[in-house]
Order: sequence, then structure tokens, then C-alpha cells
Amino acid sequence: MTGLLAQATTKGPPINWEALSPFIALVAGGCIVLLVGLARSAFIRRQVVPVLTLLTLGATAGLGVWQWDINEGIVANAMVVDNLTLALTMIFVAGGIAAVFLSWRSIASAEAGEGEYYALMLMSILGMLVLVAANDLVVLFIGFELLSIPLYVLCATHMRREQSLESGLKYLIIGSVGSATLLYGLAMLYGAAGGTNYGDIAAVAAEMADDTLFMVGIGLVLAGLAFKASVAPFHQWTPDVYEGAPTPVTGFMAVATKAAAFGVIIRLFVGPLIDATTTWAPAFATLAVITIIVGNVGALGQSSLKRMLAYSSVAQAGYMIAGVVVTTQLGIAATVFYLAIYVVMNLAAFAVITARERETGLGDDISSLYGLGRDRPFLAWPMTIAMLALAGFPVTAGFFGKIYLINAAVNNGYGWLGVVIVVGSAISLAYYLRVVAAVWMREAPAASTSLSAVPIMAGGSPEGDEAAYAAGREPGADVGRVVSEDFGEPSIITSGPRISQPEVIFVAVFCALVTIAFGVYPEPLMDVARDAGEALQSLR
Amino acid sequence: MTIHLSILVFFPALMGLVSAFSPRSLAPKILLVGTLIPLAYTIYMITDFDAGAGLQYVTDDAWITELGIRYKLGIDGLNLWLIALTCVVAFASAVWLSVRTPERAGLFCFHFALGQTAVLGAFVAQDLALFVLFFDLMLVPFYFIVGQWGSGDRAAAALKMVIYTLVGSLLMLAAAVATAVLSNPGGELSFVLTDLQANLLSESQQKWLFVAFALAFLIKMPAFPFQGWMPDAYRSMPLPALAFFSGVVSKVAAYGFLKLVLPLFPAATNDWNVILLILAVISILYGSIQAFTQTNARLILGYSSIAQLGFITLGIFAIDASGQGAQGALLQSINHGLVVAPLFFVVALLAERAEGSEDIRDYGGIAFRAPVLAALFLIVALATLAMPGSANFAGEFLILLGAFSSVQALAFLASIGVILASVYALRMYIRSMHNRVGPKVTSFEMTLRDGLVLVPLVLAIIAFALYPQLALDAGEATVRSTVEAVLR
Repeated sequence: MTGLLAQATTKGPPINWEALSPFIALVAGGCIVLLVGLARSAFIRRQVVPVLTLLTLGATAGLGVWQWDINEGIVANAMVVDNLTLALTMIFVAGGIAAVFLSWRSIASAEAGEGEYYALMLMSILGMLVLVAANDLVVLFIGFELLSIPLYVLCATHMRREQSLESGLKYLIIGSVGSATLLYGLAMLYGAAGGTNYGDIAAVAAEMADDTLFMVGIGLVLAGLAFKASVAPFHQWTPDVYEGAPTPVTGFMAVATKAAAFGVIIRLFVGPLIDATTTWAPAFATLAVITIIVGNVGALGQSSLKRMLAYSSVAQAGYMIAGVVVTTQLGIAATVFYLAIYVVMNLAAFAVITARERETGLGDDISSLYGLGRDRPFLAWPMTIAMLALAGFPVTAGFFGKIYLINAAVNNGYGWLGVVIVVGSAISLAYYLRVVAAVWMREAPAASTSLSAVPIMAGGSPEGDEAAYAAGREPGADVGRVVSEDFGEPSIITSGPRISQPEVIFVAVFCALVTIAFGVYPEPLMDVARDAGEALQSLR
Repeated sequence: MTIHLSILVFFPALMGLVSAFSPRSLAPKILLVGTLIPLAYTIYMITDFDAGAGLQYVTDDAWITELGIRYKLGIDGLNLWLIALTCVVAFASAVWLSVRTPERAGLFCFHFALGQTAVLGAFVAQDLALFVLFFDLMLVPFYFIVGQWGSGDRAAAALKMVIYTLVGSLLMLAAAVATAVLSNPGGELSFVLTDLQANLLSESQQKWLFVAFALAFLIKMPAFPFQGWMPDAYRSMPLPALAFFSGVVSKVAAYGFLKLVLPLFPAATNDWNVILLILAVISILYGSIQAFTQTNARLILGYSSIAQLGFITLGIFAIDASGQGAQGALLQSINHGLVVAPLFFVVALLAERAEGSEDIRDYGGIAFRAPVLAALFLIVALATLAMPGSANFAGEFLILLGAFSSVQALAFLASIGVILASVYALRMYIRSMHNRVGPKVTSFEMTLRDGLVLVPLVLAIIAFALYPQLALDAGEATVRSTVEAVLR
């Protein structure tokens, strides 16, 4: 027994603890948050726990910056911490921080228990980190599941709302199918390559490119990852899950999960499978076209903002695939750049949706934005800037994001993909501008329509709960009081009582400012993106 | 780093930002300052300009090295007078806004000033990506102006306008990137126009990129058959913004042809120019015919703009040996901006005298009690129909001269447009000013404050009629070398 232990210690790989430190910070922070969340004091649960979560995320980001430029394999080469991993870490952390701010007064975190809610979020971020750092098929799958399982739960945290539960269940089932597909594909790759490390796969990729087992493996892996990245035709879950999940969780999923999925796609396909490009590039290019078209057309008729943003995220995924498919460092840099700005653009939008959801009782319907431009500039402008940026208007980061991607596409002979991106953007104008029009060009609904909204609120509906909870009342417990209070002045329900939620407005305004700042001077972010692209040395 | 042109370009937007936070009464005054300083500066530049010295007042700084985009601005013979036009019309609109302040004036002034900044930026940009950026940006403030302050179904009109024009712009964006990448394959990316001109693309590459650029500009003008967005947008846009939009924004498209398309795609210009000429002639005839059948005063002007821009396109693509067509086009761009802007203000004044109606059937007999207004209107109308002695006459004459020496048949058809112009211009004048007093008309003389808007513009028209040579001289060298490059 002792001999066995001694043997084990000698065989243990040397571990670069410094490089591993961002991971450790997340694990430790997750545990602490979970334990502190057990406290009975409402103050500790509602204020201290989110602050601890923020500290954890800040520490992770700080450690990531500290490890910038180390570019080495850690833990027996099972993971790689390089600039791509770290750049994506920053994106996950940014998404996480925003999600914490948006969840601060959210009913979902209260119903699930703050400790669990925030710990799950941290674990999910850890999963993303592991996923994009993975240099081994097994680690990849561990990361994939660590990312997904907390999210299944998070989607269902708004427990008294049917759609939230439905969303969680749907995500669980479809996500499991995706995981199974991925796992099957990974097994085949292992079978073909004879090893799980990316190095083993890279060694055989060139000669095995036409091997049936290998090709099927690639196909299944591609499909599994496409589920997570919501690439059409594997995107069907996206609108339903986005709509049902609590808005802060949706925002987190939309940005961080997307970044993680693209991170692993880059890491795996543009890494060890680079010599098999002829096998997977045509498939991916086709998927890009389908995704751009399906996403943009699907978004056209949506009146739910979250559904619209879900389809928009599908379309945006299509644009980003174009950057992956060209398999150049420039393309990767463009993708990472686009991912980063995609995060801020979307978070601004989700912050505004969260704010209006609490104020209006209209949920995430587009009508909740009516008349916003007249008296709520701090919500109206962020939403406007976010939509214009997503559509690729100049003086927002989205403009340079598109130029960067098109540049990468044209540079390596994929000019036609550039044209598809442009056509997609043209279609997207219709639905992005619809939101802008709702903000600026529609009047806030009159009192007569708001009367009909009263029963919604009185009935203890989810939206009413959200509003009531954010206003400082316990959800559901005082339905009667809500009615008696609000019936006298019904207009405040739809035009929206002003709820003090400075952190949500902060997220919206901050993200909008960043979008503009990178639209005027994108150079710093492009430097980071270029460093991330250069981490993949197999490329030119 | 010289900052002259940055001040010129961004001063309006800065003042617009200030006015956005100002009280309603103060906002237009701040906008007025924001348009006055660039105007004064432009006048100084005109006196200081050296026609033989090429690009002047150059600002050239690294901006986004990763994408090869430089912040390069400059003044040459092509854009100098167009910038002056922009500043004059913007100033007139700002005066109008001070007299008749719209609701939520701060925001209106912000959007308007942003529009002026974008137009000025597009004119002075010497980097293709920078031009595209400003060209796309131009649309945003007008989208908001139509959508928030427009009349009728404004949200729909705004959306239609944006989608039409941005489809063209987005294609141009892709084409611009492709131009830069292909012109120096494998090498350092650069969007600077002089670099792109030094490495011209092969003819087959030029052909496709030309189409994207031409589409963007033809939609923006608008030219036949891309005018679908124009009626709704013109009907809805508030008049002070429309004066600027019609007078100046459409000229950016004409300028884009001269500044970008001809120099960057000379071979493709030779291939496509017959198509463009045919579209130009159809635009002239279609626009003119529509202009004298429509009864809505705004649409009369809108369609007449299509005809006038048809003339400008005709001149640009005449590609005659001495470059007269292109010179006439440049002159006519300035002329048309100068005449169409006051016409829109006149329409606003007419509407005030006819219970807000903009239908010329409701007008009539207005001149009787408003002789000064009638006189000013007459001068502008005569300039519009290119009366001999006006600068418009010189412009159209040069365009037709150029066209006759290269494509006679089309030039002959186009000259019908000159006759039609007098029909629609005089029809509008007579229907509103003379005839029996219309049913809704209660005429009264224009006020001194309205005069502040109209008189400077009319004076500019007259001054320009006397000295068109000023603008022609400034642009002659550049235009001629551009056309010669295509002929080579």
C-alpha cells in the first residue's frame, strides 16, 4: 500500500501551480461562496455572497493577466495555458461579472439560494476555462460537462415560473444529446488516433484525413460542439431556452457559453485537426452560411426580445465561424476580437431587458421598450448602441468587428463568405432597427392598456414577481397588497415605476461605453486578439 | 499631427453633444455656433487654397495598424467646394432651427450635427475605410430624425430609407475590404487611397468591386431604379433636415464616384460606363417627368433631384478627353446643393401660408401678398432650371459638352431633360405664386428671420453664378488627371 502511494507520487506530473492559479481561484471561490451562502442573515446572502463572487472573478482575471504570455502546457500537457486561453478567460470573467450584477436583485438567485446560484455560476465559468484550456479529449469532455451541468440548473432557478423550468429541462435534454454526440465523436477520434492527447491526434491528422472512422469522429465532434455554440441546424433549443431562463442567466449563457464553445472549436479544429482541414472546412463553411441565414431570418418575426437575441446570437455565431474556417492566425484573431465585442454588445442589451422586465410587468416583450427614449436616456442609449453595434454600424465596435472578419475571410480566399456576412447583416438591420424604433419612435402605452396588465401582476405572474421582488417586496407573499397598492394608479405598471437598480444601469451604460470606445479606438483589443491568434503556432 | 481638419470635422458633433444637454431655447443657438465656426474656417481655406499644390491641410496618423487603416484627412480641388456647400447649407438649417425650434430640440440638434460631421468626414477622408465609416455613419442621424420628428408613418419611412441605403453601403464595406486586401496580397494591408491607387487591381477584380461601389452610390443619390426609398423618406423628413439631406448628403455619392470609383477602378469604369450613362439618362427623364406630374411639393423637389443627379452622373461617366463632363458634374453638385436647400425652406414657408398643406394644388396667388418671398423663390427656381447666367447653366452646359463629345446619342436624350427642368420648375413656381388664390391660402410676407435663412443662400447662388470659375479652377487639375487615368 505504501509502495503504491510512493509510486504514485513519483509518477505524478510536475504541476505549474502559477499557471493553474486561475483555475484554483475559481474552485476556491466557488466553495467559499457556497458555504457563505448557508448563512441565515439576509444581508450576508444578498450582499456579501455576490461581492465574494465578484472578488473571485476579479482574482481570476488578475491571475490571468499575471500569466499572460506564458504559453505552455500544464498538468502533463493535458491543458494549455496560453494567450488564447487567457484572452477567453477575460471574456468569461466579463460575462460572469455582468451576470452577477444583473442577478443582484433578481428573484432567480433568491429562489435558488444565493450561495448555490453564484457557486453554480462560478463552476460553470471554471468549466469554460477547462474547456478552452483542454489539450486532451478527456479534459475537453470534463470541461464540457462542468460548463453544462451548472447551466442546466441555472436555467431553472426561477422556480415558480413554468417557462424557466421548461427551459432548464429542455436545455438538459438537448444538451445531453449534444454531450453524447460529442462523447461518441471523441471516442472515435481516440480510436483512430490511438491517444487522447491533442498531440497524438495532430500526429495522425494528415494521414487519417480520409479515414472513415476519423471523419465520422470529426463529424460527431463538430455536431456536439455546434449544439453548444448554437450553430444551425443544431440551434433549435436556443430561442426556447433563452426565453425561458432568467434574464441574467440568459445573458451569461449568450455571451460566455458562446465564447467557450468557440474557444474549444478553435482549440480543437484549428489545433490538432489543422492537417485535416480539407475534411472539416467545407462542412464548417456550409454551416456558416446556413447559420447566418437561419439566424437572421429567424430573428425577423420575434416580438420577445430574448428570442430575438437568441436568433441574433445564432447569426453572430455564423459570422464567427467564418473567422475559424479560414484557418489563419488573422482569422482566429478576428474571431476572438468579435467574441470580445459580442460580449459587451449583448450584455448591454440584456441589462436593459433585465431592467425593463422589473419595471414594466411586460416581461421581455418588445413593447416593454416603448417610449424609453423620451424619459430614460440611461436605458435607451445603451439599448440603441447595442443594437447598432450588433448590426455593424460605424463608430461602434461592431463595425470593426465585421471589417476584421471580412478582412480575414478575403485574405484566405473565402471572399464569398465575406459576401454572405454582408448579406446577413443587411437582413439583420430589419430586426435590430425594430428595437431601436421601439425605443425612440413608439409612444409609451397609455393608461388604458396598463389596466389589462394589472391582473397579470395580481395573479402572481413571473414578471410581476420580478417587478415586485426588485422593488423590495417578497414575491408572491403579498399578492393582495400588490393589487391594492397598484390598482389605484395603474399607469405605473406599464410605463414602469422607477426601481432603484443602479448596478443594472451601470452594466448597460458601461458596456455601451466600451462598445463606443472600441468603435473609435479598437487597437488595444486588437492587440490582445492578435496575441491570442498567435498562440496557435501551427498557423501562419 | 495637424489638427485643422479634425476641428473642422468634429466641431459640429462636439457642439451637438453640448446642445443635447442644453435647454430647448439654447440648443439651436449652440448648433448655430457649431455650424458657424466650420463655415468661417472653410471660407478661410478657400482664400488660402493653392490649386496647384495637390492635397493640402493633410492630417495623417496611424489609427488601426492591425487593419491598415490610417486617420488621413486632406483637402484637394474635389472636396474644397463641397465642404463649403456643406457648411453653408448646415448653417442655413441651423438658423432655421433657431427660428422654428422643434420639440426635444437638444436631441434634434445633436443628430443634425452628427450628420454634418459625418458628411464632412466623408468629404475629407483620404482613407477608404475612413470614407466608408463616415459614409455609413451619415445615415444614422437621419434615421433618427425621420423616425422621431418625421410626419406620417415615420418609423416605416425611416426603416425603408436605412435598409435601402445600408444594403448598398454594406456591399461597399465588403468591396472596400476586398480592394485593400487584393491590391497588396500577402503584404501589409493599407486602406490609404494613394496606396490603393498605386497598386491597381486587375480588370476582372475591378469589375465586381466597381458594381458594389456603384450600387452604394446610386442608391444614396438616388438614381433610377434605386429611388424606392426616396418618396417616403422625403415626405416624412422634417424640412430643415431634408434641406441638408437633399442638398448635401446626396452629393457625397457623386463625390464618391469622382474620388473613389474612377481612380481606383479605371478599367472597370471603361467597361461599365455605358450602363451608368444609360441609367443617368433614364434618371434624368424619369425624374423630370415625375417632377412635373407630382403634386406634393416635396416630391417635386425629390424627383427633380433625381433628374439633377442624373446629370451629374452623366457628366462623371462621360469620360471625354478634356474632362469637361466631370468638371461640369463637380460644379453641378455644388449648384444643385445650393438651389435645392432654399427650395425646401420655401416649401416650408409655402406650407405655413396654406394651412400646412404641401400639395401645390392648394397653393396659388401667394406672391400677391409676399413679393419678397416670391422674388427669392423666382431666383432659386430660375437657377434650378439652369437659366443662362446661372452657375447651373454653366454646369449643365459643361456636362452636355462633355457628353456630346463622347456619347452623342445619349447626350441628345439628356438635353431633353434641360427643357423638362424648366417645365417642372416653372410649374411649381406659377402654381404656388401666381394663378388664382388657392382655397387654403392666407398669404403674408416672410419675416426678417426667415430672410436670415433664405437671403444668404440666394446671395450664394448669385455669387456663384457670377464666379463659377472659382470652383472650376480649384478642381480642374484633379478632375482632369482622374479622367485621363481612366482614358489611358
